[in-house]
Amino acid sequence: MMGSWILNESLSVIFVLSWLGVNLYLFIDTFCWYEDEESFFYTRVILGSTLAWARASAVCLNLNCMLILLPISRNFISFMRGTNICFRGPWRRQLDKNLKFHKLVAYGIAINAAIHIVAHLCNLERYHGSHSREAEGLVAALSKLGDAPNETYLNPIRTFHTNTVTELLMTVAGVTGLLISLALILIMTSSTEPIRQASYELFWYTHHVFIIFFIGLTIHGAGRIVRGQTPASLLLHNITFCRDHFAEWQTAARCPVPQFSGKEPSAWKWVLGPVVLYACERIIRFWRFQQEVVITKVVSHPSRVLELQMKKRGFEMAPGQYVLIQCPSISRLEWHPFTLTSAPQDDFLSVHIRVAGDWTEALYKAFGAEAQALREPWSLPRLAVDGPFGAALTDVFHYPVTVCIAAGIGVTPFAALLKSIRYRCCESQTQLKLSRVYFYWICRDPGAFEWFADLLLSLETRMSEEGKTHFLSYHIFLTGWDENQAFHIALHWDENTDVITGLKQKTFYGRPNWNNEFRQVAYSHPSSNIGVFFCGPKALSKIIQRMCRLYSSADPRGVHFYYSKESF
Amino acid sequence: MGQIEWAMWANEQALASGLILIAGGIVATAGQFTQWYLGTYSIAAGVLVCLLEYPRGRRAKGSTMERCGQKYMTRAVKALGPLTRNYYIRAFLHLGLSVPAGFLLATILGTACLAIASGIYLLAAVRGEQWTPIEPKPKERPQVGGTIKQPPSNPPPRPPAEARKKPGEEEPVVGVPTGGPQENPMPVTDEVV
Repeated sequence: MMGSWILNESLSVIFVLSWLGVNLYLFIDTFCWYEDEESFFYTRVILGSTLAWARASAVCLNLNCMLILLPISRNFISFMRGTNICFRGPWRRQLDKNLKFHKLVAYGIAINAAIHIVAHLCNLERYHGSHSREAEGLVAALSKLGDAPNETYLNPIRTFHTNTVTELLMTVAGVTGLLISLALILIMTSSTEPIRQASYELFWYTHHVFIIFFIGLTIHGAGRIVRGQTPASLLLHNITFCRDHFAEWQTAARCPVPQFSGKEPSAWKWVLGPVVLYACERIIRFWRFQQEVVITKVVSHPSRVLELQMKKRGFEMAPGQYVLIQCPSISRLEWHPFTLTSAPQDDFLSVHIRVAGDWTEALYKAFGAEAQALREPWSLPRLAVDGPFGAALTDVFHYPVTVCIAAGIGVTPFAALLKSIRYRCCESQTQLKLSRVYFYWICRDPGAFEWFADLLLSLETRMSEEGKTHFLSYHIFLTGWDENQAFHIALHWDENTDVITGLKQKTFYGRPNWNNEFRQVAYSHPSSNIGVFFCGPKALSKIIQRMCRLYSSADPRGVHFYYSKESF
Repeated sequence: MGQIEWAMWANEQALASGLILIAGGIVATAGQFTQWYLGTYSIAAGVLVCLLEYPRGRRAKGSTMERCGQKYMTRAVKALGPLTRNYYIRAFLHLGLSVPAGFLLATILGTACLAIASGIYLLAAVRGEQWTPIEPKPKERPQVGGTIKQPPSNPPPRPPAEARKKPGEEEPVVGVPTGGPQENPMPVTDEVV
């Protein structure tokens, strides 16, 4: 248990450290290569070590630009998640942190771009300065190369009577470099948290400048201005001897004039794969958007909760997953995530949407939930559904006993799960390993979840019909109540069904005493493996984890609580 | 894009441009590039832009996240009055500041960024946006005993508030004692022995 806990926590750290390690390795390796490489000896004479800085950061830029498109290829990540073989358990959780990785790589690009730009600024300045009157000896001789016929040039700047700005703007590398730096800065300034929250559209539209970024990146090296000596020239021209005899290069046969050629652009080799992948990604998204989603039922629940039941061809889900929903008539750009509340065995997919902001408010109105009259099915707005994404709660069925704990809004994935449990336990063909489910629901304001209480009621009746009343036991804890409610509850204490939920099992008031609960469960199942699944705030998650550790017996044959740290 | 306040983006862009100008200026000055005096100018311009842009303005709708420690700069920027409040002035100021840095290679990126920021500020100004400082709201002191208007008029034991209605307002509910001093069902005498 401890081992898997350590693995869970540290996997992210390991991942980040390995990314950092690869970056550092590439940087240092390229740096040392450019510092020691013979073919760049003469280039280093003019430029010094800023050549190596520029090239090393360029390689890291190539790496990071390759990596940046991968975490946002949503369908690719879903596909990876689907291949259960290599992505079990803790690895799957890393896939949920894709946006954090995207930002990390973006910072990596920014830092490397800064180094690259500063290094090349110095390079251009030195190339320019090597034509000045103060430039002496070898530097001056090297800069003059290329003037005569049969000579290839080393210095891309040919004369002193120019300024570096003009020179920059006359090269492909310079213009594209300026353009992609601007693109990067625009993307970064429009992606800050306040702007994302204030106007997601500005963030999203400006982010599409990345197209210019990648096009510019691909043609950035086409000018081939990073020049090194050709291998043929190296064979004929012995550097260690000839570097001191630069005055004799044109005349003596011992030291023929060194020939130079530009470095081939290599950025396209790095980014081609991810760019193609992302292009496919967008095509898939567009195709999914075109796919028909038929809305079969719209239910308006109390406390402004809208239930939408839809059908989509070829849609398969597992309990605990979520979908992204878009309503083009409200906003063409916004896709909002909602946990699925239908079971895989249902022939529809359903989401329960609570009004909590502009978009949900608009959706609520668009589906006619505020008006009293019924809407015609053909007048309902069109929806697009992408997904399902996210981790699945299927591990529940691997344990003989399961404890499910939901706090507040965390109850939504359990709706799908409980329905799925009901379907599977009532199928008499297959014998389920799972024989007992304890469900705890801690809620401050039950108003928003009356639909869930209805679900529990229907489950209760269904279970008692099948004669499986001892399969599922649920405990509801109401943590926010006032005096009036207390009066009301006290008055109806002796009745059969609970006054708030209408269920046979009574609601408790206040927070659960986890020690008691875990002790009771451990006592009832003395030698089982018990899976514990939680969805809710982090503070409670820590408490539950502690309980699991506390009440797991040291005896390998005793009771063991396995805390599943999936986040939904 | 209805609710976007362009000034928010212009502010982020201008702050980034200021930092880039400072960085480019330092590279040019430290490396003693040709015309490096433009580098020193760029550092000064960058610092000015950063100081001006650091305090975030208050959004028209909703709450604004302050930048860390911005309240000192807010006071200074607010003191300049219309010069900083009006975005037209800011747009032209940024445009003017960016031009000289465009002649030096090291700062050309800063120029381009600041020019873009100036353009966005112009857009913001055209849409009538203004810079308003984020000021902390004066804390409302909870009034001690503000809800107690009058001391209770009945001696204890007092019936609950709902029952403490004035007689004649409502039909008295059977079983609930009416307001007023305790009325004893039987005569009680004080026995002094």
